[in-house]
Amino acid sequence: MIINWIDRHLKWVFTLPAVLFIILMVAYPLVYTGRLSFYEWSMSAVTPPKWVGLDNYIALFKDTRFWNALKVTFYHTSVSIVLQTILGVGIAVLFSRKFKGVRLVKTVMMLPMVATPVSIALVWLLIYEPSIGFANQVFKWLGFETQEWLGSVTQVIPSLILIDVWEWTPFIALIVIAGIATLPTDPYESADVDGASSWQKLVHITLPLLTPTIITAVTLRIIDLLKTFDTIYATTQGGPNFASQSLNILVYDLAFQNFKLGSASALLVIFFILILSVILVLTSIRKRQEGRI
Amino acid sequence: MRTSRLAKTNYTILNAIILLLFLFPFLWMLIASFKTQVQVLSPDYMFIFSPTFKNYMAVFLEYDYLKFIWNTLVIALVSTLGSLLLGLPAAYGIAKYKMPYFALTILVAKIIPGITYLVPWYILFNKAHLIDSYGGMILAHMVIGLPFIMWVMIPFFEQFPKEVEESSWIDGCSKVRTFAQMVLPVSMPGIITSSLLAFIFSWNNFMFSLVLSGEKTKTLPLAIYNFMSNTSINWGALMAAACVITLPVIVIAMLAQKYIVSGLSAGAVKG
Repeated sequence: MIINWIDRHLKWVFTLPAVLFIILMVAYPLVYTGRLSFYEWSMSAVTPPKWVGLDNYIALFKDTRFWNALKVTFYHTSVSIVLQTILGVGIAVLFSRKFKGVRLVKTVMMLPMVATPVSIALVWLLIYEPSIGFANQVFKWLGFETQEWLGSVTQVIPSLILIDVWEWTPFIALIVIAGIATLPTDPYESADVDGASSWQKLVHITLPLLTPTIITAVTLRIIDLLKTFDTIYATTQGGPNFASQSLNILVYDLAFQNFKLGSASALLVIFFILILSVILVLTSIRKRQEGRI
Repeated sequence: MRTSRLAKTNYTILNAIILLLFLFPFLWMLIASFKTQVQVLSPDYMFIFSPTFKNYMAVFLEYDYLKFIWNTLVIALVSTLGSLLLGLPAAYGIAKYKMPYFALTILVAKIIPGITYLVPWYILFNKAHLIDSYGGMILAHMVIGLPFIMWVMIPFFEQFPKEVEESSWIDGCSKVRTFAQMVLPVSMPGIITSSLLAFIFSWNNFMFSLVLSGEKTKTLPLAIYNFMSNTSINWGALMAAACVITLPVIVIAMLAQKYIVSGLSAGAVKG
């Protein structure tokens, strides 16, 4: 009886629990955040939220911390993505040849991605430590001046970028390796007939055919880069002097350090719109690219 | 002939250097975890020193890491099981009955920054007394696990041949039984991939613990972070703790390398 009933309504019996869960845990909180962005509230049980209209948004646009966080996020994301894309594609092309130990290579490259980000961040904190760290030790061996790394306002973002490049270059590389494996062989055969060099084949056949795959990998990375939290928070907490306070860290500070829940919510709405528009732009680029091929 | 051998040697050396660069921070973490504070602080003991196990003893005896391991394990296991329980049937339903709006909702849930719902959760969890409770932590971690599992499984179920299902229905097998006894076993690779990664994402999660947990439900990433906020950092013990957290994930990744790689790049190649 019950089985019969489930069979007849399988579509809903199977999907509704998950969808209700998502509505309850994701959609409702999003609406809540949107509403809260028009209020001023510090989580006090005594003072209820006070309607302030667009004041939170206006205050944010006048706040230098907001523009700084936007700049930090953009700087960290853009340089990281350029470096890890170039390195990732390079490593993929290098490793796509068949050789002994491919499995070992793939396993090693996977480790930075799956290892717990906080523990990775703390290892890098030790490596970057100005007086005892390995980074400065290498600089001493090479005869360079030692650096402040994470402790310096100008070096903190490049240092964080290096961590992200180390951690996520393998992501681009592994996806591109998988992409190379699916490439058709005919173009290469006719290029061989024409006597093309391996460099020409790479530039004129492999890379153009891989462009959609690379764009997808880059899109996924950019989304995650904009959201970077663990690495930054565990190493610098946004310092020194706010030099590494990205949007994600600023939201956290506003909400859970300053308890300005209204401003934090307004910033979240802006952050959300930013990420959505980045995704829309990148998917439309990818569609256009695919149309061209 | 000679140039090709030279090229081959260069190629091997280049590969080895790249591998070493990716491995180095792990090696450094492992080395430092066997050093005393004095050895960490002095460049004379960079690579040569007499190893100590005191750091690991401290991690388990002094800092009570067994409790944090237990918390992290329970939350990761239960949230992954919960995500499978809700996610597998839902992914099947979406794949079979073509429900693009539901699929889109799942995708959006996968993409939104976690902090977007952390603020409202904090308020709502406070009202529902879910802060620092296993229930609250598991619900939060399911928000990462569920969309991910569905995201991996929908294409899997879409590929399952319709004819096989339909002939099973005609034979008088109920749709639920067909799903449980025919579709699920065939989809095992996808289930393994997605649940291993859901487990790893939960094991590694730091931000949710930072806001939603407390003394009772503190997980490993938060425990190791708190370690650092002491006035002077005990580097050896910190690195030992980092090794303890990272080891299980690395073991999983090595045993199930093929699954993890395909899960991490899920949807990227096909689009």
